[in-house]
Amino acid sequence: MKKTMSFEEPIIKLREKIQELKEFTETNEVDLSDEIRNLNDRLIKLENDIYGNMETWERVQVARHPERPTTYDYIGELFEDFIELHGDRAFGDDAAIVGGIGSFDGEPVTIIGHQRGKDTKENVKRTFGMPHPEGYRKALRLMKQAEKFGRPIICMIDTKGAYPGRAAEERGQSEAIARNLVEMASLTVPVISIVIGEGGSGGALALGVANRIYMLEHSTYSVISPEGAASILWKDSAYSKEAAEAMKITAPDLLKMDIIDEIIPEVLGGGHRDPKQQAKNMRTVLTNALSELSKLDADGLVQDRYDKFRKIGVFSE
Amino acid sequence: MLRDLFTNVKKQQAIMPNAKSKSDVPEGIMTKCPECKHVEPTKELGKLLKVCPKCDFHFKMTAQERIDSLMDEGTFVSMDDHLATENPLEFPAYTAKVKKDAEKTGLNEAVLTGTGKIDGNEVAIAVMDAHFRMGSMGSVVGEKITRAVEKATELGIPMLIFSASGGARMQEGVLSLMQMAKTSVALNRHSENGLLYISIMTYPTTGGVSASFASVGDINLAEPKALIGFAGRRVIEQTVREKLPEDFQTAEFLLAHGQLDAVVHRVDLQDMLSRIIRLHTKGEAAQ
Repeated sequence: MKKTMSFEEPIIKLREKIQELKEFTETNEVDLSDEIRNLNDRLIKLENDIYGNMETWERVQVARHPERPTTYDYIGELFEDFIELHGDRAFGDDAAIVGGIGSFDGEPVTIIGHQRGKDTKENVKRTFGMPHPEGYRKALRLMKQAEKFGRPIICMIDTKGAYPGRAAEERGQSEAIARNLVEMASLTVPVISIVIGEGGSGGALALGVANRIYMLEHSTYSVISPEGAASILWKDSAYSKEAAEAMKITAPDLLKMDIIDEIIPEVLGGGHRDPKQQAKNMRTVLTNALSELSKLDADGLVQDRYDKFRKIGVFSE
Repeated sequence: MLRDLFTNVKKQQAIMPNAKSKSDVPEGIMTKCPECKHVEPTKELGKLLKVCPKCDFHFKMTAQERIDSLMDEGTFVSMDDHLATENPLEFPAYTAKVKKDAEKTGLNEAVLTGTGKIDGNEVAIAVMDAHFRMGSMGSVVGEKITRAVEKATELGIPMLIFSASGGARMQEGVLSLMQMAKTSVALNRHSENGLLYISIMTYPTTGGVSASFASVGDINLAEPKALIGFAGRRVIEQTVREKLPEDFQTAEFLLAHGQLDAVVHRVDLQDMLSRIIRLHTKGEAAQ
C-alpha cells in the first residue's frame, strides 16, 4: 500500500469503492459490471484531472514521497554491470552521495547521485541524502576519473541541500561545493544531470554544472527549501506552501526560465507508481543526450557548458 | 550615435553616485565600537581604515571605501554600473527594496566592479557591499562579477574579489542559485589561462557566495573575525543540538581548519596583495 498524499484522497476513495463493489459481486450473485465500468471511467478521468494538474505544493509532496525512486533504483534499471566506488581518499566515505561505473547501452559511463534512505535507519546512515564535504569530494574524484578514461558522467540530483552541521563546516562544506562548480566547468567529457527528486540549493548544484540538465516532471529545483524561504521571507515556516509557489521551483518553471533543457515526463501520479516505466522515460532522454553530446570534442563540451551557464540571469542593460 | 550618447550619460551617472555615497550615509560625529565600546571620532576612524584603535574590531566598509583604501589614486574605472535588477519572480516590494538600497549606497547593485592599479599593478576587482540587500547575489551581482572576471582573463591580469554577502538572493529564486555556477565557469576559464585569482573574505561571507567564488581563490585571505560559513549558525544549532564554539565560522576558525591561507589585518592588506601580485609576475618578483 503506497503512502497517500492528501490531494490524492478523492482518487483513493473512488478506488476503494470500486474494490468494494468488486468484492460484493464476488460474494453475492449480482451483476454490477456496468456500475463498475462507469466508476472505472470516472476513476481514469479523476486521475487525469488531479494528477494532470498538480499545483506546486502537490508536486513538492510527490518529490518528497518516501517511496519515490532514488538514485540506486534508477541505477538498477538503467545501467548494466554497475560497480559502486567508495570514498574521497582524504577523509571518508559519505553515504549521502553514491557513485560508480557501469554501462549504458553497452558504453561505459560514470554515475553519481545523491542517495536518500527509504527508512529511518537508512536515512540516519545517509544523513537524509544531505552530503558532507567528503561526499562532494568523492563525486569530484569520480568525475576526474571519468574524464581520464573518456567516460560520460551522469549525475542524479536528489537532496534537500548540503548537510548543515559543525563537522561539515570544519571540513570545508563551502569549499567542497565551490570546488565542484569550478572543476565541473572544465570536464572534457559529456556531463548530464537529472533532478530526480528535490534539488535543494548549492548542495544540489554541486552535481549540476552539466551540458544537459533535465528534471523529472514532479521534481523541484530551488535556491532554498520552501520551509527555509517561508521562515526568511515571511518569518514563519507555516507559509511553506505560499513560499513554494512564489519561489518558482517546478520543472515547468525552470524550463520557462531556460535553465533546464527538457522535462522528463512522469508516470501518472508520480514515478513511485511505476519505477520501471519511469526509468524507461529517462532512458529515452539519456540516449538522445549522449548521442548529441558525442558529436562535440573536448573543447566543444567545455564551451557548451560555459555558454549554458553564462547566459543565465534576468536583468536589463 | 544616439546610442553612444546614451552610454556616456550612463557612465557619468555611475561616477556621481560614488561621490554621493560618502555624504549620504548618515553617520554621527562619533562612532562607538560594538566590541569594546570605545568611542572614536568618525573622521578619525575613517583614517584608520575603520578599524577600532583600541581592540582592532574591523567595521564594515562600503565598496567605495574599500576601493579608496586599496587602489592607486585615480586609477579605478568602474564597469557595468548601468546593469539594472529586474523582478523575474514578481516578488512583492522587491523592486522598491532594490531601488531604496541603490539610493542609499550609490551603487546599482550589491557589488562594485572595475579595473585599476594596486601599487602600480593592473588588476580587475569586484567588491561586494553588504549595505546593499545584505550583499546578496542575484542576477546583476552574478553578471557583474562574471564580466569582471572575463575582463581580467581578456587582459591577462589578476582578479580580486572582496566578498561581503549573506548568500544567494531569495527574491530571484533559482536564478540566484545559478549565478554560483555562472561565476564559477568564468573563474575556471581564468584559471585555465594560468591567471591569478585572490579571494578576500570579509564580514560576512556566507551561503551561496561562500559556496562558490569566495572559497576557490588561488589564495584565500580573510579579515580578522570575519564571519565565514556555509550554513547559518541557528540552522546548525537546530540540526546538531550541540553548543557551537565561540569562534565558530570566524576567519580564525577557518584558518585553524585549513580553509584559509592567511588572516590579514586591514592595515596590512594592501601590502599583502601587492606582494602576492608581484610574486605572480614573472621576472619582476625581485623588483
